[in-house]
This record gives sequence, structure tokens and C-alpha cells, in this order.
Amino acid sequence: MASPSLPRALSSRAPALAFAAALALLPLFLPNAYYFDVAIRIAVNATLAIALNLLIGYAGQISLGHAAFFGLGAYGSAILTGAFGWPPIAALVVSAAAVGALAYLVGRAILRLEGHYLAMATLGLGVVASIALGNEVALTGGPDGMAVPDFSVLGWRLAGETSWYWAFAALLIAAIVLAGNLVDSPAGRALRALHGSQTAARALGVDASGFKTRVFVLSAVVAAFVGSLYGHYEGFVTPGLAAFPKSVQLVTMVVVGGMASIWGSVLGAALLSLAPELLARFEGYETIGYGAILVATMIFLPRGIAPSLAERFGRKAG
Amino acid sequence: MLCVEKLSKSFGGVAAVSDVSFSVAKGTIHAVIGPNGAGKTTLFNLITGLLAPSSGSIRLRGEEVAGLPPESLARRGVARTFQNLQVSMNLSAIENVMVGAHLRLNSSLLAAMARRPSLVARDRAARAEAADLLAFVGCGAYLDADARAMPYGALKRLEIARALAAAPELLFLDEPAAGLNHTETGEVERLIGEIGRRGVTVVLVEHDMRLVMNVSQHIVVLDYGKKLADGAPEEVRRNPEVIAAYLGAADGGG
Repeated sequence: MASPSLPRALSSRAPALAFAAALALLPLFLPNAYYFDVAIRIAVNATLAIALNLLIGYAGQISLGHAAFFGLGAYGSAILTGAFGWPPIAALVVSAAAVGALAYLVGRAILRLEGHYLAMATLGLGVVASIALGNEVALTGGPDGMAVPDFSVLGWRLAGETSWYWAFAALLIAAIVLAGNLVDSPAGRALRALHGSQTAARALGVDASGFKTRVFVLSAVVAAFVGSLYGHYEGFVTPGLAAFPKSVQLVTMVVVGGMASIWGSVLGAALLSLAPELLARFEGYETIGYGAILVATMIFLPRGIAPSLAERFGRKAG
Repeated sequence: MLCVEKLSKSFGGVAAVSDVSFSVAKGTIHAVIGPNGAGKTTLFNLITGLLAPSSGSIRLRGEEVAGLPPESLARRGVARTFQNLQVSMNLSAIENVMVGAHLRLNSSLLAAMARRPSLVARDRAARAEAADLLAFVGCGAYLDADARAMPYGALKRLEIARALAAAPELLFLDEPAAGLNHTETGEVERLIGEIGRRGVTVVLVEHDMRLVMNVSQHIVVLDYGKKLADGAPEEVRRNPEVIAAYLGAADGGG
């Protein structure tokens, strides 16, 4: 038969190109800064959800503290640039590396065990992180949060919703392409095979704990990277960025959109980022809303929206 | 090739395998038989690293490998299939087989995200090899099918293709014909013979006596975790202890 990889490569690239075109045209339809802000938050959450989906949907491991990595990245950049006057790029790289090292230590210790111990460990890590950020008043400003200087590279300053929109849109496209590349590779197959049958994968030479740890670190580093940029964009960070409700929100995006589906993560992030805007009058009850959406999805669409739709229309989810 | 000596495994006082010794010569097809609960699968799990032995020695080409994890044994050329299917149902058929080639491919996360050309080229070659292997085991019609959509008999053969994708020197087949009908069993028998002719050393656990007698050059009989007999098919078939303990009770399937 003809080489099956050429059409596969094309069919995996086409949606990303179409999506990039849509993101390029979107600003024409955004009337003011508020809508840019909403679009930016969707892009941020979608990038985070894609990174988390690599862990949950593909490797089958749950992190209930992913907001901690996001928040630590934001605070790392805020403190290093604000209090120590570091260049933002250096602060971003160092924060992401430090979060990666933290994730590695946790992953190394926990992921040797089979089962969902990572969920418990990350839950604890998230609680510790948000308490620490709230209590270290001298360094973090405590519960009131702290201001973050503008992001600038070599004298060029990134400011204003429109510029940030392009930055986060580019980041999201990069995340979609890179995650797609990873999923359709020996490493990605090994991760998915571990999820399907760890016994078989190990018997074929897949280093189970090593792969899970590596994807956990990757996922945490992406969260920290996005967190750093988001802190600079908002210009202000609070401990809420790292708190448990944010972690739950991210897991909900992954599950609702569809586990092991990159486009599902984008969809889930869009839906759940828009929900609070649409339900603004129910402020204070969002967490209950997320819980209800999560439960309803598990009952009615156990595989998530994107894979269920793809199945209905006879296409394989990407 | 493989030399097992005084291998024992007990689960909380129950001796599942006790003092079993046998050896497997390179390029031969061996069968391990015995009534249900005789310890055959436990023996397989010990040799392929899923379980650590309580005592005894397992040497692979002279190297002591008892207690090594399965991924270390895979690196030493050991592959296996499973009695109860261990197929990754979230992957397609060909992707499952490609996981078999894992150790021969570049499994770096960064190289994968960057689509390094050498990685993509090797992966493409692995895909072609996997397609050939699926055709070889008679699953050529299922290349891009989701594993969860495949019938049981095809999944049994998919596991054989996946194990072969690892290019093993020593292949363990745990009940390759279990649950298969007469025709399918015949296909598996032909397949095992062909794998043996390709120079792979095969050890199989199987209840189908006709298949065992037809394909294997050497048979080890287990009963209650102990070795009862060990020899060529004709010797084993005539061994009165074996007849009493197993073949007689099993109505002499061959």
C-alpha cells in the first residue's frame, strides 16, 4: 500500500493551519479591549489545558495542582523582575526551570508507584504553594498580591491587549503543533501505550516511571512558562492563580473537552473560560458550576465533547 | 540460551512454582504444559520479570537475570504475549505494533516535538515494518483500526505481531490459542512454526495438545508448581506420570 504517513502528516497539519488563520482574522471581529482580554484568557487556558492533557489524557496521570505550577511561574517572574530587577526573559527561563526541577523531584518520588498517587501529591503541592504565596507577605505581597513590571525584550516592550493577543495566539498555535508532534511519535505512543496497558508497555521496554516523570515535568514547565507571561500581561498576580479552584478548572477543561484530544482541550478551555463571562451574575458559585459540568460530562459524554462529536461524525479525534 | 535453575515462587505460603529447572536451546520451540493452576503463567511472569522469584536462578545467555524488571529483559531481547490480552485499546492496531519497536526508536520528547527528520524517517520505517508484521500474522485488514474495535482472535495475533516488532531473540507466548476456534488455532500453529523458522527461540504455554505436539521440539510438564516431566513430545506423551496427572484427565486432546 502507499505510504500512509504523508496523508497523515497533511491531515494533522491542515486543522492547525486553519486555526492559525482563524486566530489571525479574529481581531477584526473583536470590538474592544474587553473582548481581546477574553480571547487572551481563552488562549492562556487552552495552552495550559493542552499541556495538562498530555499528562491526563495521554499518559493517564492526574495532576490536581497544576495551577501551582502556573502560579509559581507567574510569581517567579513577578519577584525576579519586580524585586530583583532581572530582565523578564531571564526571570521567565529561571522560573520555568525551577518549576521543572520541583516537578521532577515530585514526579521521581511519586510516579514509581502505580496508581493515582500523583493526584494526591499534586493536590498537596497546590495547597502548600497557594498558602505559601499568601503568607510570604514580604516577598509576595500576601493575599493582596503584587504588581508585575512590563514584559520587554532588548528594549522592545510588549504592552496592550492587541500585542499580547498576538503573543498568546502564537503560543497556543505552537502548543497545538508541538503537542500534535509529540502524540504522533515514539515517545507519544509509549505514553499512550502506558495508559492502555502498563504491563505490556513495560514488557516492550518502555520505562514507565521515567516517561510519566518526563511528561509531568514538560507539562509543569509549560504551565510555568504561560504563568510568567500571564503575570506580565495582567501586571498583577494574586495567590488565586495557584489555588485549588484554578487547578480544578484546568482539569475540568481537559475532561469536558475530551481526554487525549488536543482540539478537545482548546474547546474545553473556550467553553469554560466563557462560562463565567456568561454567568457573571452567579459569581461565587462558579466552583459548583465546574463541579456540575464535570459530573454531567462524566455521565453523558464520558470521553469528552470533541472525541464524542468526532465519533458521531465518523472521524478519528486528533 | 535460557537456563532456569531451582526456580521457586510462593504467594503467602502457597508455592505456585517450586524448584523448577529446565533449559531452552537457541532456535528451538519449547512448550510448557500442565493442568490449570499448575504454575505455567507464574513461571512465565517470573522469567519475563513481571514477578520476582522467591529463590532460584534464571540465566539468559549466561547472565543472571532473576528479579530484573520487564523493561530490562526487553532490552536483552525478551518479548512476550499475554494470556489475558494486554493490548492498549486507546491505540490503533498498527500503533500497538509500533510500540513493540520502542527500544529501536528515538523516544526523546524534545526530538519528537521538534519533528527531528531522523526520528520521523525511522518512525516511518517502523510503520512500514509494523504493517508487514500485521500482514504476517494475518491482521493486514486492521492496520488503522482502533484496537477496541477488533475481534478477540485478531487481538491475540496483534500481540504476536507487537512482540515480533521488538525483534526478540526469545519469545514467550502465553496461551496463544486460548479462546480461538479450530481454524484460528490452525493459523496460530502455522504462525508459530514460521516464527521458529525465522530463528526466534520460542517458549509457549498452551492447553491445545494438538498444537503443542505439532510445533514444539521440547516440552516441560508442570503439576502443582513442580516439574513432572521434561523431554521431546513423544517421550512426554508416553510418560505414565504425565498421562496420569494431565493427559488422561484432559481426555488426551492430541
